[in-house]
Amino acid sequence: MPSLGADMVAGTLVEWLKRPGEHVRRGDIVAVVETQKGAIEIEIFEDGVIDRLLVDVGATVPVGTPLALVSGPAGAAPAAAQAAPVPVAIVAPRPPARPIAPPITRAIGRPPVSPAARRLADQHGIDLGPLRGSGPQGAIISTDVERAIAAAPAPSPRRFDAAEMRRAIGAAMARSKREIPHYYLSTTIDMTPLYRWIEDENAKRPPPQRLLLAAPLLKAVALALRGAPELNGFYTESGFQPSTAVHIGVAIAIRGGGLIAPAIHDVDELALDDLMARLRDLGMRARGGGLRSSELSDPTITVTNIGERGVETVFGIIYPPQVALVGFGKPIERPAVVDGAIVPRRMIVATLSADHRASDGHRGALFLSDVDRLLQEPDKL
Amino acid sequence: MTPEEIRAILIETLGAIAPEADLSRLDPKADLREELDIDSLDFLNAVIALHERLKVDIPERDYRRLSTLGGAIEYLLEKTTPKA
Repeated sequence: MPSLGADMVAGTLVEWLKRPGEHVRRGDIVAVVETQKGAIEIEIFEDGVIDRLLVDVGATVPVGTPLALVSGPAGAAPAAAQAAPVPVAIVAPRPPARPIAPPITRAIGRPPVSPAARRLADQHGIDLGPLRGSGPQGAIISTDVERAIAAAPAPSPRRFDAAEMRRAIGAAMARSKREIPHYYLSTTIDMTPLYRWIEDENAKRPPPQRLLLAAPLLKAVALALRGAPELNGFYTESGFQPSTAVHIGVAIAIRGGGLIAPAIHDVDELALDDLMARLRDLGMRARGGGLRSSELSDPTITVTNIGERGVETVFGIIYPPQVALVGFGKPIERPAVVDGAIVPRRMIVATLSADHRASDGHRGALFLSDVDRLLQEPDKL
Repeated sequence: MTPEEIRAILIETLGAIAPEADLSRLDPKADLREELDIDSLDFLNAVIALHERLKVDIPERDYRRLSTLGGAIEYLLEKTTPKA
C-alpha cells in the first residue's frame, strides 16, 4: 500500500486490474485504492510478472503493506515458492515516519466485494459496511447490492467526503507545524512583461491552446530550483534527501471543500505548452477522479497559486516530507517605479515557506530572486 | 440559434464544471465566477467547451462579456448569428 501523501495511514483496495501470471511493466496501473482523497490508480514501479495478490478486494491495510508479489523481469524463470519473489514494486517508497492520525476504522477482516458490486453500490450511494455477502467466502456480490438498493428508502448520490479530507489535511498540517521549523520569505514581482506576452500568445491561439498564468509560474519555479537543490526533495528520518527531478505538487481546491496537490512530473524539462496541457489534465482528474499513485506520492515541492479572485499574499504550510512551498498571490495592478517614473504595473507577491533543517534564508532569497528574474523574460521559459 | 438554445448549452457547460450548483435559479446578472466558485482553469475549460460546441472564436479580450449568464447569452447570440 503506497503512501499517497504524509496524511495517509491506510487505504482500501477497491479493484485489481491485473491477475497472477500477467506481465506488468513499470508505470502500468495495477489496482485502484480508495483513500481520503478519493479513488487513486496505483502504478507499479518494476517490470515483471504478478506472482500472487496478497490483499483482497475490500480490505483496508496500513501504508507499507505489500499488495502483491512480483517476480523478476518478464522472461526470467518463475521463482520457486515464497523465497525468491520480492514484494517490491507496489510497496511505498516513503512511508510516513510515524502514524499521524488514528487509523481508518474499517475492519481489516471485512468481507471482499466484487468490483461490479462496488461500482453498483457507488452509483446508488449504498454503504457496503452493513451488507451481508452471499458470494464465495461471504463476498458481497451484485445481487446483494441490488437487494440493498431495493430496500433503501431513497437513492442518495455519492458524495465526496469533505469531513474525511478535512481530517487528513489537519493531520498533515499538524505534523508539519510540529516538526518543520519553517522560515518565510516574500517578494513582489512585476508581472507586466509576462501578462503582455501571454496576451499576445493567446490572441494567436484557439481556446484549447491558450496559456494560463499558472504555467509560466510553475516553469519559473522549476528552473529556479535547479540552482536551489536544498528546497527540492524530502526530509526523512535519515535527514534531507535532495531530488534531482523536479516534480511540482500543484495545489488544487476541491469543489465542496478540501485541497489536493498532485504532482506534475519533471516540470523543468517540459515545454510551456506541454506543461499547460498537463495542468488542464490534472485539474480535471483532481476534481473528477483518476489521479495516479505517483502523482500523489512523489511531489518534491508544492506550488500554491491563489488565483485572480483571491488575496494578495499566501503564507504556505509545507506538506511533509517536502521541505518547501512556493505561493503566488492574486495579481494586482498598482503604482510602481520604472525608470524613475510612477507607472501602473501588474504585480504579484511570491512567497517561500521553507524548512530550516534543509536550507537557510539566504538560499531561499536567492531562489525567489531567481524566480523573479526568470519571469521577466517569459519567451525564454 | 435562439436565446433559449444558447442558455441551455451554457447551463449544460457550467453544470459540468459546477455539478453541485442549482443553475436553474442562477441570477442572469450575477458574476458567474463568484456565484459558482469558478477559477481560471474552470473558466478556460468552459470557453473551450463553448468554442467546440458552437464553433465560435472567443478571443481573450471578450472574456469579460462572459462574466454573467445574461451577458454570455447575448454575446454568444451575436457570435452565432450570421452577420447581415
